[in-house]
Amino acid sequence: MKAIRILIRSIRDAFKSVFRNFSLSIASITCIAITLILVSISLIMSSNVNHFTQAMENELTIVTYLKSDVDETKKNEIEDKIRSMSSFESLEFKSKDTWKEEIKNSLGELDSIIENMDENPLYDSILVKVKNVSDLKATTNAINEIDGVESATYGKDSVDQMIGIFKIIEQASIVIVVALILVTAFLISNTIRLTIYSRRNEIEIMRLVGTSNTAIKLPFEFEGLFLGVLGSIIPILITIYAYIIAYDYFDGYIFSHMIQLVSPGALLLNISLILVIIGGLVGMLGSWHAVRKYLKI
Amino acid sequence: MKLIEIKGCSKVYKNGVTGLANLDLEIDKGEFVFVIGQTASGKSTLIKLLYREERPTSGSVVVGGIDVAKLRNSKIYKLRRKLGVVFQDFKLLPKLTVYENVAFGLETLGLKNDDIRPKVNKALERVGLKDRARSFPNQLSGGEQQRVCIARAIVNDPKLLICDEPTGNLDPETSKEIMDVISSINKELGTTVVMATHDKDIVNRMKKRVVVIENGVKVGDKMKGSYKVHESN
Repeated sequence: MKAIRILIRSIRDAFKSVFRNFSLSIASITCIAITLILVSISLIMSSNVNHFTQAMENELTIVTYLKSDVDETKKNEIEDKIRSMSSFESLEFKSKDTWKEEIKNSLGELDSIIENMDENPLYDSILVKVKNVSDLKATTNAINEIDGVESATYGKDSVDQMIGIFKIIEQASIVIVVALILVTAFLISNTIRLTIYSRRNEIEIMRLVGTSNTAIKLPFEFEGLFLGVLGSIIPILITIYAYIIAYDYFDGYIFSHMIQLVSPGALLLNISLILVIIGGLVGMLGSWHAVRKYLKI
Repeated sequence: MKLIEIKGCSKVYKNGVTGLANLDLEIDKGEFVFVIGQTASGKSTLIKLLYREERPTSGSVVVGGIDVAKLRNSKIYKLRRKLGVVFQDFKLLPKLTVYENVAFGLETLGLKNDDIRPKVNKALERVGLKDRARSFPNQLSGGEQQRVCIARAIVNDPKLLICDEPTGNLDPETSKEIMDVISSINKELGTTVVMATHDKDIVNRMKKRVVVIENGVKVGDKMKGSYKVHESN
């Protein structure tokens, strides 16, 4: 009971103090808010990059072109061989006529050229999907070994490049966010220091009458926590509104159907929680530092 | 039964100034002891050692069974709960009422309001300020403020009351009133009182044990002592 009363008292004092040093509190809260907005942006970016990387990797297929002299039985033989591979997941046969149709549809102008060709110059092909993206290369090599296969390829290079760029952006944003978090913690530490200074007489009397160090420190730590949590409110609201509006505006996709955005529901909930937690932790970190340095107990 | 046992205690400050040199002192429960000496004689050092504001450089200081020399910073509160301290400059919180000033410490100890109220009222009654409970410190006279300070010091029923020049800022008449209050606490509650002072009149009138400190050394310790006797020594 005693501990609970001390706790309630600490929380009450922390609240009072936030409002008593209002201008300073606002400065700290603003700094936390700016930091958290950047954290939020980088979180949204990285989770979307992860999302579409995964989606892309799942879409990666090994295109196996068959030699033109491969007949139906030979084709089945090849398919069986591919099926027997450990990483095999699914395959789909795509005849050269189907390819021709597709090209005709997408390349309107070349339509007539292809139409005028006597013989279809394309290859029959088998589209193979693997269970695990990391098996892609090995499987492609193995398929290349099969007799009757002209060539097997997968289009990973372009995807890799894109993912690489996103990774660099992500890492840069992490560095910026860490730096901002340190600056914010420092600012909060300063806020708490001023609180400690303005309450030094109270602290002196508390120490004199035998208040335990924990009970003396607790209000300041709560104050840091409050500043952090208050600072996370605005970024959370901005994140939720901005993301939902962006999601609706782009209709869930950016550029093409290849890059699909993560749907807002669970993502926004997670990010909100992360922002509150980071805000609270940064606040506590700042006040912990100030209490340790300036309270001298 | 000894409440305070000081053996071979020395205190040398970081700047090289000697506060106390090899001091021995024993104080029984229920005693009323004056510690006198000139400014910078070491009496303040002695007082500060008792409530662990300072730490002895060597020797032992045991207060109420707690070895002050070995007491870690984080455990000081255990000692402080057993004693009350009254200062020359009162150290009251200006934004709190008299009642709140006295209750403040108890609140931070996590006591229930129902338990705090009777304690505070009792303490205020003892110092004769019950009807001023709702006043703020700046509405009180110096003597009244010092009485609030005494009430705050005794509110948690300490075994030891330490007074550091409690009448230093007060006129003789008010000083006498304050001494009456402290004396009654000593008599009626059995609280041990250790008081540093250089108010001759008070020491001479009270006829209590007097410990004289000069240059960090105890040069006199007499029951029913007086200021004059030691001065002529």
